[in-house]
Amino acid sequence: MSALLEIRGLAKRFDGRLVLGPLHFAFEAGETVAVIGRSGCGKSTLLRLIAGLDAPSAGTATLAGQPIRPEDVAIVFQEPRLMPWLSVAGNVGFGLGHLPKVARAEAVAEALDVVGLGEAATKLPKQLSGGMAQRTALARALVVRPQLLLLDEPFSALDPLTRAGLQNHLSEVRDHYGPTVLLITHDMDEALVLADRIIVLDGPPGRIVAEFAPRLPAGIKRTAPAFQRWKDRLIDVLGPSAAPATGTITKLEEHRHAV
Amino acid sequence: MTDLAYLPGIGGVARKPGVLPPSLAGWILPLVLVGVWEAAARAGVVAPNHLPAPSIVAVTILHLAQSGDLASHLTATIGRLGVGFLLGSLAGTIAGALTGASRPIRLLVDPLVQGLRSVPSIAWVPLFILWLGIFEASKVALIAVGVFFPVYLNLMSGIAGVDRKLIEVGRAHRLSPFELIRRVLLPAALPAYIVGLRGGLGLGWMFVAAAELMGASEGLGFLLVDGQQTGRPAVVIAAILLFALLGKLSDLVLARVGRGLTAWQDTEAGR
Repeated sequence: MSALLEIRGLAKRFDGRLVLGPLHFAFEAGETVAVIGRSGCGKSTLLRLIAGLDAPSAGTATLAGQPIRPEDVAIVFQEPRLMPWLSVAGNVGFGLGHLPKVARAEAVAEALDVVGLGEAATKLPKQLSGGMAQRTALARALVVRPQLLLLDEPFSALDPLTRAGLQNHLSEVRDHYGPTVLLITHDMDEALVLADRIIVLDGPPGRIVAEFAPRLPAGIKRTAPAFQRWKDRLIDVLGPSAAPATGTITKLEEHRHAV
Repeated sequence: MTDLAYLPGIGGVARKPGVLPPSLAGWILPLVLVGVWEAAARAGVVAPNHLPAPSIVAVTILHLAQSGDLASHLTATIGRLGVGFLLGSLAGTIAGALTGASRPIRLLVDPLVQGLRSVPSIAWVPLFILWLGIFEASKVALIAVGVFFPVYLNLMSGIAGVDRKLIEVGRAHRLSPFELIRRVLLPAALPAYIVGLRGGLGLGWMFVAAAELMGASEGLGFLLVDGQQTGRPAVVIAAILLFALLGKLSDLVLARVGRGLTAWQDTEAGR
């Protein structure tokens, strides 16, 4: 199976200083990959380069072998970033301006149902709770049916209960629309619950220091021993004793030997 | 049982019967002033040839209305203001939108506009009269200049101050520059734009009076000059009161429309 998203030598400099990369990695179609790392390690920069919001200083990001087109990608930011003058339905349909009215309304209604906001379609953003606002942002991203869904710490501003609820909900929503997902996070639980694969970044400059494929069973309790074991491994890599940035991918097996 | 009525907001939840609604509070002071003024005039405290009683002013307005003069003066003033406001706010909207949305255009155009803004608007009058003659066009141009600057400034700073994160959402949804202005920048800048329109309208009233004072055969400004030259202070005060009333009314309409359009704002005033 060929890679859907391929990152080759991607790097970013700000004012001549290297803040990220060079990075090399690839995603399979339908995969959910979490990029985890401490604040300032370049996670969000990586997402912005893939989204085309910033231009890379070097390297390429391709989708199915082609340069990434904006219409292939959708983003959910850390904050909902809803247009405050539009209703929930208006916000969800924001990226569907090119569709005829009826098709747009159908797509919006479907997306609202999927995220469980069917009743709130006419509400204004100021009337929403934090969780509802972020679900609206998620629906706005999914409704355009992107090949690649980019999530930039999407639940970090929410309270722990809402966050855990939305993390579980995201898996169902993802199954409905089926995009490949790149999740930027610093929450180890979130990465373990949602991701097929976890890439650990450290920096600056942001480099890949480890890669895991936990493949925990769906719905596993966060208190389960297997979950805790993976979390301990992540702490080992992310903690102060983490290996220095090498720019190479440390495969799961190699990491096991190391610990 | 705990009495929480002393806490802010709690005592005010249910208004006691007989307490004046907030919308009428603004009428208290003008009515008291008119009462004091009427009493002072009747008691002979103020000279009638300086400050005639409100009742005399009211009768003067009534006579002007009955003779049909009031309608023609009002039509003239409102017509000039309307056209001037339309032209000034249109130019201010276009210039403000372009300079707000594009940094290169702002760097190129804004210093010039700011320079022109510091010219007292009345200083344009001789030039407008030379260019446009002494009739309607020069008056309308003066009003339009007055309206232009607040609209321009507020819209430009409103657009330039739009949350970068919302603009990024627009870019992530691949909006064209024109679409970005229409769908993100203008709606986000709407509250500031309405403040600019209200400021422009206020200046419009000021400049319509100035333009009519300088030479007109009808209009409320003409009434001011006419009352002064014929020694009729009641006419002057009637014109002043009509300016106040119309200015307040027009601002009220604009504020109401604005409040409806910006009800989405999550502000204390919008609660």
